[in-house]
Amino acid sequence: MAQLTSARRAPGLRVAPSFSERIDLPQRVVLVAAGSMIAIVVLLLTFVTWQGLQLFLKDGVSITQILSSTWQPDPTYPPVIFGLLPFIAGTVYVTAVALIISTPLSVGLALFLSEVAPNWAKSIVQPALEIFVGIPSVVWGWLGITILVPFLSSTFPAHISISLPIVGTVFGMPGFLTGFSWLAGSLVLSVMVLPTITSVSYDAFQAIPQELRTASLALGTTRWQTIRHILIPAALSGVLTAVVLGMTRAAGEALAVQMVIGNSPTLPTALTQPLTTLTSQITLDMGNTVFGEPWQDALWTMSLVLLAISILSVVLVRLINARRLGA
Amino acid sequence: MLNGIRRIGAVGVAAALVASACSSSAATPSPVPVTSAPTVMASAVVTPPPATPTPVPTLSCQSGNITAAGSTALQPLVQAAATAYQNQCSGATIVVNGGGSGTGLSQVAAGSVQIGDSDVTAESKLATADAAKLVDHIVAKQGWIVVTNLDVTGVKNLTTQQNIDIWTGKDTNWNQVGGPDLPIVLIFRPSSSGTRSTFKKIVLGGATEATGGQTLTEDSNGAVTTAVTKTNGAVSVIGFAYYNDPANKPLLNGLQLDGIDATVSNMAGGTYKLAADGHMYTNGQPSGLTAAFLAYMLGPNVQGTLIPSLSYAPVVK
Amino acid sequence: MTTAYTPASEPSGGRSGSLRGRRTGSILADRAATVLLWGTGCFVLLVLGSIILHFALAAWGVVSVNFVVGDPSETSLGGILPILWNSVYILVLTMMISVPLGILGGIYMSEYAVENAITNAIRFAEESISSVPSIVVGLFGLILFVDDLHWGFCALAGALALTLFNLPLMTRLSEQALRAVPLDERSASLALGATKWQTIRHVVVPLAIPGLVTGVILTAGRVFGEAAVLLFTSGIGTPVHYNFLNLDITNPASPWSPFRPATTLAVYIWKLNSEGLGIYVRQVVDGSAAILISMVLIFNLGARGLGRLLTRRLTAA
Repeated sequence: MAQLTSARRAPGLRVAPSFSERIDLPQRVVLVAAGSMIAIVVLLLTFVTWQGLQLFLKDGVSITQILSSTWQPDPTYPPVIFGLLPFIAGTVYVTAVALIISTPLSVGLALFLSEVAPNWAKSIVQPALEIFVGIPSVVWGWLGITILVPFLSSTFPAHISISLPIVGTVFGMPGFLTGFSWLAGSLVLSVMVLPTITSVSYDAFQAIPQELRTASLALGTTRWQTIRHILIPAALSGVLTAVVLGMTRAAGEALAVQMVIGNSPTLPTALTQPLTTLTSQITLDMGNTVFGEPWQDALWTMSLVLLAISILSVVLVRLINARRLGA
Repeated sequence: MLNGIRRIGAVGVAAALVASACSSSAATPSPVPVTSAPTVMASAVVTPPPATPTPVPTLSCQSGNITAAGSTALQPLVQAAATAYQNQCSGATIVVNGGGSGTGLSQVAAGSVQIGDSDVTAESKLATADAAKLVDHIVAKQGWIVVTNLDVTGVKNLTTQQNIDIWTGKDTNWNQVGGPDLPIVLIFRPSSSGTRSTFKKIVLGGATEATGGQTLTEDSNGAVTTAVTKTNGAVSVIGFAYYNDPANKPLLNGLQLDGIDATVSNMAGGTYKLAADGHMYTNGQPSGLTAAFLAYMLGPNVQGTLIPSLSYAPVVK
Repeated sequence: MTTAYTPASEPSGGRSGSLRGRRTGSILADRAATVLLWGTGCFVLLVLGSIILHFALAAWGVVSVNFVVGDPSETSLGGILPILWNSVYILVLTMMISVPLGILGGIYMSEYAVENAITNAIRFAEESISSVPSIVVGLFGLILFVDDLHWGFCALAGALALTLFNLPLMTRLSEQALRAVPLDERSASLALGATKWQTIRHVVVPLAIPGLVTGVILTAGRVFGEAAVLLFTSGIGTPVHYNFLNLDITNPASPWSPFRPATTLAVYIWKLNSEGLGIYVRQVVDGSAAILISMVLIFNLGARGLGRLLTRRLTAA
C-alpha cells in the first residue's frame, strides 16, 4: 500500500514538503545515474585522445608520416617510421570482405524469420541466434586456428583459378601458403557479425506495418515480389544501420582476428595472403612496449583511429535514420 | 597543461572510488613519484649498474605481499620459484603476472609492482632517468632454438650466413639451403618482442628482415609453435622450454646453429650463442620480502634444481 | 464479357508474353526465394549445431567434476577451479556495480526524460560506448586504473572497465523493460494519489521485473565471455591454488580480495594459446571453451526461461 506522505499528519491539512520532495530527490538520483554515461564517454574520449595525440605532440611525428606504408618502429635500427597505412588498410580490407560475405546471409536470415518461417521454426532459430551472439571471441579464434586455418591450407594449397571454356582464366589467385590469411580473418569475422546484422534487420522488417504487405498481396503479387519491391526498400535504412553496426563490430574485433590473420605488416595482394589490422597490432605490441616510448605512443594513435571509426559510425547511423524520420 | 588536467581527473576518480588499498598492501612502498612524460629514449650506450648476485642465506622467510610482472618467457620460472617459496614461508604472498617485458618495466618503474621481469635491459627500453632508478638482478640465462616444420627434411643445421639469407628474404626456397623444394615461410615474433630483437642482434647482426606474403607474425611461443607445426615449410625461433616440451618435440625439427647443438649445457658454456639473460628489476635496492625472494631466486634451490628442470641455465654456480 | 484482366502492376515486368508466362516466372522466382531463405535458416542452425557438437566431442574426455573443481597442474590434466572462480568473481563484482547504475539510468530514460539536450547527449553517449571496440575500453582501463592510479593489474580494475563496457546495454535493456509496462498502470497509480516516485517504485518496477531480470542475465552472459577488456586490466597470471578460507579481503592472497590479478576463463584460453606448455594444453583449452560455451548457453536459455516464468507468476499474463 503506498504511503501518502504528504497527507500523513492530518487529513485535509497541507504540510510543507520535505527536502527530498522539494528537490525531487529520486529524479536527481536517476539523472545522475544516467548522466554518468556522459561522464564515462567524456573520460574515455579525453584519455584516449590525449594519449593518442602524444605521438604528434611529444614525439614530433608528422601526420603525413602515419599515412606512409612503412612500419619501422624499432629505435635500435633507425630511421624510425611510424606508417599506419598497412594497419588501416588491413582493417578496411578484412571488414569489407566480412561484410560482403555476411550481409546477404544475414538479411536473408532476417527475411526468413520475419516473412517465411512458421512459428515452430522461429522458436528454434531465434534462440540459436542469441546463442551465436553469446559465443566469446576467443572461442571463435580458437575454432579458427584449430579448424579453419588447417582446412584452408590443406584444401587450397595450389594456385586457385577459375576458368571458363571459351573465355579462359577469369580469376586467378595464389594458393594458401599458410591458412593464416585475409580470407580466414574475414570468414571468422563474418560469423561474428552475422547475429548483429540479422537482429537489427529483423527489427527493421518487423517495424514495417502489416498494411503494406496485405495491400501488396491484394494486388496479386507473390511473396518474393513483395519482399523485393516493397519490404526491402521500406526497411532500407534499418538494414543500412545493421550493416554499419556490423562494420563497427568487425573493425573493433581484436583477439579472434589476431589469431588467424597472420599479422604480417604489409599490404596483401590477394585473399590468400596474411595481413595485419589495427587491433591485432595493438594486441601484439602493447605488452612489450614501455609506457611513454614513441612505439607505444604509436599504438595509442592506432587506438585513437579505432575510436574515431566507432564514433563516426554512430554519427553515420544517426544520419541514416534522421533522413528516414525527416522524410 | 592537459597532462595536469589528466592528473587532476585521475585524482578525482581515485577520491570517489575508495580503493587505494590496492597498492597499500604491498610490502615495500614505492619511493618514486610519478614523473611527467619521459624524454627521448637513449639508445643502449649507458652502462647499466652491475647486477648484484652476492651469496646470501638462501631461505629467509619474510612475510608480506609482493607482485612480480613482466616477461612471459620468465614467468614459468618465477611462478615455480614463488610457489616453492610460499610453500615454505606461509606468511609470504607472491603474485606473478605476465603482460610482457615492456609492461613489467613500466610497472616497476611506476611503482605498481615490486619486481619487473624482463628479457631485455631496462636501458634499451626506458628513458635514461627511469632506467637509472632500477636495480638489475640477473637470475637465469635463457636460450632459443631455430625450428622448422617436420616436412623440411634434410636440414639439420643452419649457419649464421644461411640464417641471414633466409630471414632477410634472399633465399626463398628450402632447396637453396639443402632442403626439399618447398617455399620458406618465415614466422616472426612481434617486432617489439625481446626474443626477436635478441635474434636480430645476435644471429642476423642487425640485417633488415623480410616482409611480405611469405611471412607471418605470431604473438608468443605457444602461438608460434602451433603455427610452425601447421604450416608447410615454416621456420621460426622458440624458447628451449617450448622445444623440450614433450607435446611439442615430436612435431618440430630443431636445428643446430653453426654446427652447435641447442642444449642448456652448450648455452651455459657459451658455445651456443643464441641466448640472453633474464632480468628481474626492482625500483631501488630491494628490502623485506622482495629482497628475500630475490635471494631465494639466486640460491641453490632455484639455481641448482628448478632452473635446469625448466631448460634455463643458472647464473650462480 | 471476356476481357482479359491484367493486374494493375506487374513489378517483375520486362517479360512480354502471355500473362500465364509472366505468372509462372514470378511463381518460380518466389519458390526459389523461399528455398533460399529456408536455406539460410538451416545453414545457421547447421553451423551452430556443428560448433556445439565439435566442442561436445572435443571436451568429452576432458570435462568432469575433477576438471571443474580441480587445480591447474603441470604434470596432469588438472582442473580450472581458480580460473572459473575468477570468472564468476569478476562477473558478480561487475554486476554489483553496473546493475543498479543501469536500472537507475533506465528509470530516468523511460520515466523522467524529456526530449532535451541532456537526453540527446545521454543517448549519444550510450550509442558511442556500445560501439567502442572492447580493446579500447581495455586500454582505457589500463591507463586509468592500472597505470595512473597505481593499482597494478587487479580484479577491481577489470570489474570497473567491464562496468563501462556493460552500462549502455544494461541501461537500454532496463529502459525497454520499463517502457513495456502499460501506461494504464501508471495512470491508475497516479489516480490513487501516489507520487511519481512511489508509482515507479511500487508499480512500474515490479511489473518490469521479468524484463529487468532478462536484461541482467543477458548482459551477464556477455560479460562472462569478455577477454579483450580483461587482458589489460586484470592481468594474465599463472593460476595457483586458492585458499578459500582466507577471508581477509585486503590480502592479495585471498581469492575474495578484489585487489589481486585475476585470470578469467576467456583470458586463460587466450593465454594457453599464446604460451601454453605441456601435453595437456589442447585438452585444457577445449575443456575450458566447452565450459565457457555451456555457461553462455545456460545464461541465454536461462534468461528466456526465467523471464517467461516470472512474467507468468508476477503478472496475470
